[in-house]
Amino acid sequence: MIVIIDYGAGNLRSVVNALAKLGHETKITSSRDDVLNARMVILPGVGAAGDTIVNLRKLGLVDPIRQFIAENRPFFAVCIGLQILLAGTEEGGGHDCLNIIPGRVKKLPPDLKIPHMGWNQVKQKLSHPLFAGIPDEANFYFVHSYYAEPEDKSLVVGETEYGILMCSVIARGNLVATQFHPEKSGEYGLRMYDNFITLAHDG
Amino acid sequence: MLTKRIITCLDVKDGRVVKGTSFIQLRDAGDPVELARFYYQAGADEMVFLDISATPEGRGTMVDVIKRISEAVFMPLTVGGGLRSIDDMRRVLRAGADKVAINTAAVLNPRLITEGAEKFGSQCIVVAVDAKWVEGLKWEVYVYSGQKPTGIDALDWVKRAVEFGAGEILLTSIDADGHQAGYDIQLTRAVSEAVGVPVIASGGAGILEDLYQVLVVGKADAVLAASIFHFGTYSIGETKEYLSGKGIPVRSQD
Repeated sequence: MIVIIDYGAGNLRSVVNALAKLGHETKITSSRDDVLNARMVILPGVGAAGDTIVNLRKLGLVDPIRQFIAENRPFFAVCIGLQILLAGTEEGGGHDCLNIIPGRVKKLPPDLKIPHMGWNQVKQKLSHPLFAGIPDEANFYFVHSYYAEPEDKSLVVGETEYGILMCSVIARGNLVATQFHPEKSGEYGLRMYDNFITLAHDG
Repeated sequence: MLTKRIITCLDVKDGRVVKGTSFIQLRDAGDPVELARFYYQAGADEMVFLDISATPEGRGTMVDVIKRISEAVFMPLTVGGGLRSIDDMRRVLRAGADKVAINTAAVLNPRLITEGAEKFGSQCIVVAVDAKWVEGLKWEVYVYSGQKPTGIDALDWVKRAVEFGAGEILLTSIDADGHQAGYDIQLTRAVSEAVGVPVIASGGAGILEDLYQVLVVGKADAVLAASIFHFGTYSIGETKEYLSGKGIPVRSQD
């Protein structure tokens, strides 16, 4: 079963719709058992990092998420979902995050329009199964004001330029995370979810 | 590099598109879902849906329309028109909208911007501003679908709206809207320079050069056009090809 984590915020329906379009049933849940029993998990992201962490803690989902990822089971984090995987963020005066991926989340440089909102290119740094059938420099839809800076650069498989060159795709085993929203990124976005599911079945 | 967004907009009343379109290839050009699908395939970067229903039943229908659209297309969707409360916003966001546009309600109660931004994130809250030039003085904010002047200076208002938590400004020039003689470049540039959030220029698109001008001279981050697309004057593809040829970064679909 594909589980989509509901932590009270976020446009979950778009993720559900994207997977339905690909022919997959999903379950939206806040239950720790559902997470632990899932075949794969998607952590969608809209909203503020601080609230997200607080809500995940309240729901008792932090440990199940840690365990799921530690067991190298297929996990896809989107936008804020990606950011909270790092050690901490500058957002909202600073918050500790999950430290599943060492590194920090920083504010985008102030000389550009913030949020970084719209379609931007993802440069594929490595050939990765997540990019199967997706050309290098394809456009994806971004909406964010902060960006992740993982310490281990080898985890950064996709990068995007917005004033700076920033990490837009992270992959570590069966853990993948995107700063953009695949569910809002047209056919290539759908393709990326499809690639993740293929990867999960093969892996 | 971040591309400039080409956005189209549909006015929906009681679940049907009003003002019409002339897509003969569509089975039902009054069906917002079918039009959304058409524009998605044509390469639009984003769509705005304005609910102009006057009744609660009509608004209820809109929620259903948004649900069906979000099942059919995978692109950002903004919904505006008649949103007066956090509950109203939640209803359309839950249905599958990514952003909500508020106009009159934001002017009457700017706290609504802040509450929305706190609940759903700034990136969700688009403040739509209808502005009209007052000769030799300023651009004035109008509310109630551009019918009622407020005395508020549009440049002051957009700055305040962003302080309150707006993540984007959807700027319509009342003077330019409907004339197809070009966007209000001065207004757009003034607003874009006044705020640090993205600005969508709206009102006045007639020829493709108008889009180019408002993006370059007007410093807009995105352009919204309705008539030129709905009536087939230009396709989205043609528009992007034109802009790309003039050095504007746009999203291609290849």
